Amino acid sequence: MLKTLSRLGCISMLVGTGLMASASAGWADDIKIGEINSYSALPAFTEPYRKGWQLAVEEINAGGGINGDNLVVISKDDGGKPAAAVTAANELVSRDGVVLLTGGFFSNVGLAIADFASHKKVLYLAGEPLTDAITWSEGNKYTFRLRPSNYMQAAMLAEQAAKLPAKRWATVAPNYEYGQSAVKVFKELLTKARPDVEFVAEQWPPLGKIDGGAVAQALAAADPEAILNVEFGADLVQFVREGTTRGLFEGREVVSFLTGEPEYLEPLKAEAPEGWIVTGYPWYAIETPEHDAFMKAYEAKYGEHPYLGSVVGYVEFKLIAEILKKAKSTEADDLVAAAEGLTLDTPFGEITMREIDHQATLGAFVGKTAVEDGKGVMVDFTYKDGADYLPSDEEVKTLRPQD
Amino acid sequence: MSLYVVQFLTGLANASSLFLAACGLSVIFGVTRIVNFAHGAFYMLGAYVAYSLTLRLEGAFGFWAAILLAAAFVAVLGTLLEMLLLRRIYQAPELFQLLATFGVTLMVEDLVHIIWGPQDLVGPRAPGFEGAVPVFGLPVPTYDLLLIVLGPLVLGGLWLLMHRTRWGVLVRAATQDRDMVAALGVNQKWLFTGVFTLGIFLAAFGGALQIPRTAVTHQMDLTIIAEVFVVVVIGGLGSITGAFLAAVLISELNAFGILVFPGISLVLMFLVMAVVLVIRPWGFLGKPIQTGVTTIGEATRPWRPWSNTTGIAVAVAVLVAALLPVVLGSYGLSVGSQILIAVVFAMSLQFQMSTGGLDSFGHAAYFGLGAYGAAMTVEWFDLPMELALLVGPLTGLVGALVFGWFCVRLSGVYFAMLTLAFAQITWSIAFQWVEVTGGDNGILGVWPADWASSPANFYWLTLTVGVVAVLALRHLVFSPFGYRLRAVRDSTVRAEAIGISRQRTQYVAFAISGTAAGLAGALFAFLKGSIFPDVLAIPTSIDALVMVLLGGVATVSGSVVGAIVYTMASIWLMSATDLSRLVLGGFIVFLVVAFPQGIVGSLSAFVSGPFERWRTRGRTERTIAVSAEGSR
Repeated sequence: MLKTLSRLGCISMLVGTGLMASASAGWADDIKIGEINSYSALPAFTEPYRKGWQLAVEEINAGGGINGDNLVVISKDDGGKPAAAVTAANELVSRDGVVLLTGGFFSNVGLAIADFASHKKVLYLAGEPLTDAITWSEGNKYTFRLRPSNYMQAAMLAEQAAKLPAKRWATVAPNYEYGQSAVKVFKELLTKARPDVEFVAEQWPPLGKIDGGAVAQALAAADPEAILNVEFGADLVQFVREGTTRGLFEGREVVSFLTGEPEYLEPLKAEAPEGWIVTGYPWYAIETPEHDAFMKAYEAKYGEHPYLGSVVGYVEFKLIAEILKKAKSTEADDLVAAAEGLTLDTPFGEITMREIDHQATLGAFVGKTAVEDGKGVMVDFTYKDGADYLPSDEEVKTLRPQD
Repeated sequence: MSLYVVQFLTGLANASSLFLAACGLSVIFGVTRIVNFAHGAFYMLGAYVAYSLTLRLEGAFGFWAAILLAAAFVAVLGTLLEMLLLRRIYQAPELFQLLATFGVTLMVEDLVHIIWGPQDLVGPRAPGFEGAVPVFGLPVPTYDLLLIVLGPLVLGGLWLLMHRTRWGVLVRAATQDRDMVAALGVNQKWLFTGVFTLGIFLAAFGGALQIPRTAVTHQMDLTIIAEVFVVVVIGGLGSITGAFLAAVLISELNAFGILVFPGISLVLMFLVMAVVLVIRPWGFLGKPIQTGVTTIGEATRPWRPWSNTTGIAVAVAVLVAALLPVVLGSYGLSVGSQILIAVVFAMSLQFQMSTGGLDSFGHAAYFGLGAYGAAMTVEWFDLPMELALLVGPLTGLVGALVFGWFCVRLSGVYFAMLTLAFAQITWSIAFQWVEVTGGDNGILGVWPADWASSPANFYWLTLTVGVVAVLALRHLVFSPFGYRLRAVRDSTVRAEAIGISRQRTQYVAFAISGTAAGLAGALFAFLKGSIFPDVLAIPTSIDALVMVLLGGVATVSGSVVGAIVYTMASIWLMSATDLSRLVLGGFIVFLVVAFPQGIVGSLSAFVSGPFERWRTRGRTERTIAVSAEGSR
C-alpha cells in the first residue's frame, strides 16, 4: 500500500521523473515533508489527525503550492516507540531528503525526534507532544511545538479552579511524565493564586491499568472538596464509571485535563460526567467563520466531524506551508528564521510562533461538561488564547537553555 | 473501618476479574505447556465481539446471551487456531508455540483495528447491575458483588470438571504422561484441542465481562498478557486454585497498597512475583513438574564447530557485510547497524537459552541496563563514547550478577518468570527515578564520538563488535565451560554426579549473557542518540525471544539469522505499510509452519536429512528409556 505519498504528490512524482529534462524549464518541483506519528499505537487520535493534514495538503497544493512548488508528504509510523521514530526520522532525512520533520504524539517520541533534529540540524515541528521539556528544559534551536503545552493547559485550568470555593483538593493522574508534570504545574499555579488551598490526597495509577474502584474509593476516603483529574482514554472511562457508581463526584467539583476533547468525551456517550471543568474542543458549537470554513471542508471531504487531532494535523501543515513560503528556501537555518515570530490564521484564530521558546500560541477551549441527547458535550466554554497562559519572558529564559 | 471493608470488597472484585482473565491461561498452560501468547488477543476479541453483540441484543437476557455467545464464538476461533496451526508444531522445540501465538497476536491487533475502527468503545452496563448498594454506609457497585460471586463459581466449576469428569481425569493424566495416555488408546489430539478451546472460551469470557467496567480498546491484549502469566505462575503451574489465591493476593495488596503508596500499582505485581518465587520456587500450590519436553541435547545431534566450508562461507559473509558501506547510503547503514546490534542481543540470549537451557522472558533488563549505563556515563560524567561502551557491558554484568543470584535457583518457566519480574522492576526504576534516569522523558543527546559519527564508521564499529561477540560466544560453547553448561542442561543429575555444580555453572552463563546484552544496549544508545525506559520493557524481551526462536533454539547461533530476518522485516514493514503488524504476524506464522525448527534449525536438518534419518533409528528406543526414567 502506498500510504507514504499523498496521491497528488504521487502522480506529480511519476510525471516528474518521466519529464526530468523539462523540470528546469518551469515544471513545478516537489518539496518533501517528513511526517511521523503513532498510527498503529494510537489510531484514535492519529486517524483524525491524518485526515486533518491530508485536507491541509490538498488545499495548499490546490492553492498554488509553495510559491509554485508542490508539497509532498512522506508519512511514517513510529508504533509509539521513540527508537522507531528515530529510525523513521533517519530514513526521511537521509534517504528521502525531506526538508523538515513534523508529527509525534507521545512526549518521549517528540523528545527523541527533537534531539535527532538538533543533532542533524533539521527543523522539527512537533504537533501533539505536550511535555514542557520539548520547548523548555530540552528545547533546541531546530524544534518548534504547535499545541498548547502542559503548562498552558494547567494554567488555564488553575485559573478556573482558583475561582471555586473548594480548599481541599485531591489529584489523580497517570503515573508517567505527562501526568506528573500536569499535577505539579497545576499545584504550583493554584497554590500561588490561592494560598489557602491544601492537597489532601493523590493517586498515581499506571497508564492503561487503572484499578478504578480502588482509586475512587481511596480518593473518597480523603474527603476532598474538589478533584483534579488527568486520566484519559480507557482509564478515564473506568474512573468515571466507578466514581459515579460510588458517588465520588457528588457534591465535589472536578477539574479535568483534556476530557472535553471529542476523542475522549465521545466514547462515554450518556455516561459522560456532568459539570466538570475541562479543556477540550467543542466542534459542534464553535461559531466563528474560520472554524466554519474548516469544518465544512472537513465534513465535505470525509463525511464525519473533525476531532481535535484533525485540527492539529490541519494547522500543523498550514503552518509548515507558511514557513516554507516565507523562507523561500529549504535550508534548515532559513526555515528556523522564517518560523520564529511567524503568524498564521487558524480555525481557532490567529496564532504566533514565539521566537523566545518556539511555542505556538494556539489556545484551547475551557468549559463545563454536560450531557445532551445522550451525548457528552462542552457548554459555557470560552476560547483561551495560549499567549495569555505562558510565564513571563524572563522566566522562560531561565527555563530554556540559552545558547 | 468501613473504608477497609469496602476496599477489601473492591480488591475481591478485582481479584475475580483478574482470575477470570487468567484461569483460561492456567488451564492451557498448566495442561498443555503451550505458552499461549495470544491469550491477551483472545481476551480482547472476547470484549470486542461482546461489544458488538450487546448493541444488537437488548435487555438483561440479551446482555448475558451476548457475553456467552461472544465467548463461544471466540472459542471456535481458538479451536481453529489449535487445529490449523498449533497441531503442526507440538513436536517443535519448547517455547516455539510462543512464536506462533505471538504472530497471531500481531495479526489480531491489526484485524481489530480494521473491523472495529480506531476509537475506544464503551459498551452498556450490565442490566440490573448498574447501581450500588451501601455496605457499612459506603456504596459498593452491584457489578462488583456479582464478580465476587462469579470468580469462585468458575473456580468451583473448573475443579469439578477436572476432578469429577472422565474428560478431566484424562486431561490430568495427559499432563503427567502424554505417551502413556496415548498408549492407553486415548486420542490426545482431541484432548488438547478440547483444553485449548476451554481456555480460549474462558479468556474471551473474562474479556467480555470487562465491558460494564471499562472501555474496549486496542491495548487490552498487551495490558492483560503479562498480568495473567504472573497470576498463573505465582499460583503454581497447573493449579487453578493457586491462580485464584494469587489473584486475591495481588488485588488486595493493590487495593490497600495505594492507600499508603499511591504510585505502587506500577510495580506491585512484579514485586509480589519476585518475592513469592524467591521464597517458594514453584509458586503457591505448584509442584516440581517434569516438563515432558525433550531437552535441546536430546532433540538434536550434538553440536559441532563449523566445518572448514562453513567457516569460509561465514568469512565471506562477514567480508561482504564489511563492504556494504560502498553500496549502501547513510540510512541503509544505520539500519545495518541496528540489525548488527540486534544480532549481538539475540546471540546473548541464545547463549543462555540454547547452551544454558535457561529461557529468559526478561532479557531486556540487561540490554536496557547497558543502554542506560552508557547513556548515564555520557550524561552525568561527560565521559567519551569509548569509555561508555565499556561501562555498558559492565552495568549489564552487574545486573546479571544481582538478578542471576536469585534466578538460577529456579528452573523452567519459573526461572523465566523471575527474570521477567526483575526486568519489570528495573523498568519501573528507570521510569520512576526521574532525577537520575530522566524518567519517561529519557536521556537525550547520547551521540557517538566524532570518529564514529559517520554512518559508515559506526557501522564498521558495530560490525567489529558484532563479529567478535558472536565468535566469542560460539567459542565459549565449544570450550570446556560450554561442555559443562550443556551437560547441566541435558541432565542435571548426571552432571552433578560428576562434580559439576548446576547453579554455579548457570550463574556464570547468566552473567556472560547479561554482559553481551549490555554491550548491545550500549551500542543501541549511541545509534539512537537517546534512550527511554521502553528499552527495558516487555516488548524488548519479546523481540529477543522471537529472534532466537525464529533462528532456531536448538542451534548454536541460528539467532544471528533470526535477528537479521526479524529486524529487517519489522523495520521495512513499518516503513512500507500501515498494516505492518498484520503482515509481520502473517510472515511469522508462515515461517513457523515452514521452518518448525527455526530457520537455521530446519535448514540444517534438511541439509543433513539422510544422516539424521539414519541416526534417529537408533534414537527412538533411547528416548523412551529416558522419558520413562524421568517420569518416575
